[in-house]
Order: sequence, then structure tokens, then C-alpha cells
Amino acid sequence: MLAAKVIMEQGIQVEGINFFTGFCVEGHTHAIRKRDQAKPKRNNALWVAEQLGIKLHIIDIIEEYKEVVVNPKHGYGANLNPCLDCKIFMVGKARQWMNDNGFDFIITGEVIGQRPKSQRKDTMPVVARESGADDRLLRPLCARNLPPTLPEREGWVDREKLYGFSGRTRKPQMELAKQLGLEDYAQPAGGCCFLTDENYSRKLADLWQTRGEKRYELDDIMLLKVGRHIRPRPHFKLIVAREEGEGRFLQGYKNRFPHLQTVSHGGPLTLIDGDLSDEELELAARIVARYSQGRDSEAVEVRAVRGLHEILLTVSPLKPHEIPPEWML
Amino acid sequence: MNRTIVDARGLLCPLPVIRLQDVVKTLPPATEVELIGTDPGVMQDIPAWCRINGHFIVESWNEGNEYHIRLKVGQ
Repeated sequence: MLAAKVIMEQGIQVEGINFFTGFCVEGHTHAIRKRDQAKPKRNNALWVAEQLGIKLHIIDIIEEYKEVVVNPKHGYGANLNPCLDCKIFMVGKARQWMNDNGFDFIITGEVIGQRPKSQRKDTMPVVARESGADDRLLRPLCARNLPPTLPEREGWVDREKLYGFSGRTRKPQMELAKQLGLEDYAQPAGGCCFLTDENYSRKLADLWQTRGEKRYELDDIMLLKVGRHIRPRPHFKLIVAREEGEGRFLQGYKNRFPHLQTVSHGGPLTLIDGDLSDEELELAARIVARYSQGRDSEAVEVRAVRGLHEILLTVSPLKPHEIPPEWML
Repeated sequence: MNRTIVDARGLLCPLPVIRLQDVVKTLPPATEVELIGTDPGVMQDIPAWCRINGHFIVESWNEGNEYHIRLKVGQ
């Protein structure tokens, strides 16, 4: 937002590009969880574009992005976040869009030293080079710390009106935002990608391990955002809704997964991912009963649906100590 | 009047916006489009997207768990 505003202040036409990878935190999570419904559901990219008065193009890169996540040339960060490869990929896509739509250069809000992997002085040239953007990639907030780019050399942009910010502090940016009249903006340094989240990455790693290959579909990564994931056996796991909003979301997957629902007591909808025997189905029902309102009862009735087959099981809920921590993903 | 329908049921934002954007790109000005979604976020995101891109909301309503937004493509 700030980088765009700095360039717009020089009278240059700017349009925004927002890439949707499937791992984005905002939007989906707000819509799924009931407890988050009080939070504003605004899409930050749309909101920023509206504040700036610019067009925004939201681009679906779900399919192409898989290769970035599965096989990052520069490796992962602390979790399964391929930040440097991600940036290279997105700037490369922006370059393609720039060429297709008759624009002259790309700007990003990067600042040297702000991020440990993708925003270092030594990795910034890597992004410019490997994305193919080369010196048509301008970082207005730290440009004065970098060699002049094509837009600066050609005089399209006045380098003297760009900035030389560096480091992890956001204070200079916040000060500049104030000067430019930007008072409301997205939380600085707020994680916007589930791949930076330790718990989420653990669930994704589990998915790949049990599949025997690093592969995913959009539904897989959406379901990793929702519910308790419990793997009592290597060949199946349960996705147990934690609250009403998640239950409603999982309803949309009922036709594609075997599922369990308590009947005698209120309880969460639970999807079963994998194949299980009749004995294992009973174990699954006992786990579901544990998370139902009948958790302290002697017996709980659970309906199990597998395709067109439906059976009613009467089970005793597992006690908390009967669920080993290693089952919880 | 004929109206193009964008069925975004079951999709969470921003996918309904992306589906709408891809359809609107192919339509001439003044065409009417109706988006049907199940994510309540569409009631905020679609009007914002229209304001940014010069399209017009004609009306919006909800029926049960579905949200309907009728819009007219701008210039």
C-alpha cells in the first residue's frame, strides 16, 4: 500500500495484482469459523485498492503454485514456507502480466532486512534476476539502498523521492504512512500465509508422508485449515469440527468422505480420511463421542456413513488419557 | 433480460471474486450478471470489487444460506 502510494505521488498510474495461492490466511478462515464472524470479512487487497483508488487484479495461481510449494529450489523457511521461491514466482507472474497489459515496471513493498529469507540484501537481486524482471523491478521503500533501476535511470521515476528504509523496524514506514495520510492499514508483519504456521505445516507434512508423495489438491489444503486432525492409525485420520462454523464448512464435504455424527448427544461432524476396518470404525466413533456432549456418558450413539451404507454404533467415549498426544496433528 | 449466472456456491473468498472477474472480462458493458455464493464474505468483497473496477451493483439479497448479487458490467 505504502509503496504504491509513494509511486502514485509521482503521478504514475499504478494497478494492483493479488495472487491467490490457496494458502492465504484471510478470507477463508474468517468465513469458516463462527468465532471469527465478528471480525471484518474484508479482503485486504480489495480494501487497499479501494483506499488508493486503483484497479486490482486477483489472479488464481493455485495450480502453478504447487510446484513452488512441493519443490522449492531455494528451500523452506522455518516451516514449509518457500518464501524466496514464492517471491521469485510471484514477481515472475507480475512481469508476465506487465508485458501482456502494456505496463512498464513492477513495484513491491519490500524493505532490505525486513524478512529473514526473502528480503535480504543478498536475496533481493536473486528475486529480480530469477523472476526475469531484472531492473524493471523497483522497491520504492528501499530503492536508495540499491543500485538505480531502469525506471530511475530513464527518469520515469524520481529517485530522490524514493526511500532508503532497512531493517525489521516498521517505524519509518508508519511515519511515512502518516505523512501520506494513510491512517488505516493491514497489520504490519501479520502472517498472511498458512505455510508460515508451524501447526499447519505439520499437518501438510503428515498429508505428504501418508500419501507417500508431495502432492495436494485445493480441497486438501483447505481442510488442513479446519478442525482437529487426529490420526489414530497411519492409514486414516479424522477431521473433527471444533465449532458450529467448522461443522457447516465440513458439511460441504460429506458426500466425498465417510463421516461420523453423534445421534444421542450433540456433537461435531467428523470426516474420515482413509480406509478403516469395522474395528477401526468403532475406535473412530469412540473418539468422536469423546468430543460430543456425551463425553461423560456410558454410551453414545454415533451414525457412520460410508457411501450409501449407514450404520448406527453404540460406543463408550474414549477418556482423555486414552487419546495419545501423538495422534493429534 | 438475459443474465449471465456465476455459480460460486461452495467457494470461499476470494475465489468468488476471481470467478466473477474472469467472466466479466469476457462480457460487453451493460450486461447483467448474477453471482450466487455461500460465503457471506461475497456481500462485502463483490461490491468492493465492483466499486474498484467500475461495475454497478443492481441489487443483492440472501435466500437461506445463499447470497445473490446482481450487477451490471461497466465500461
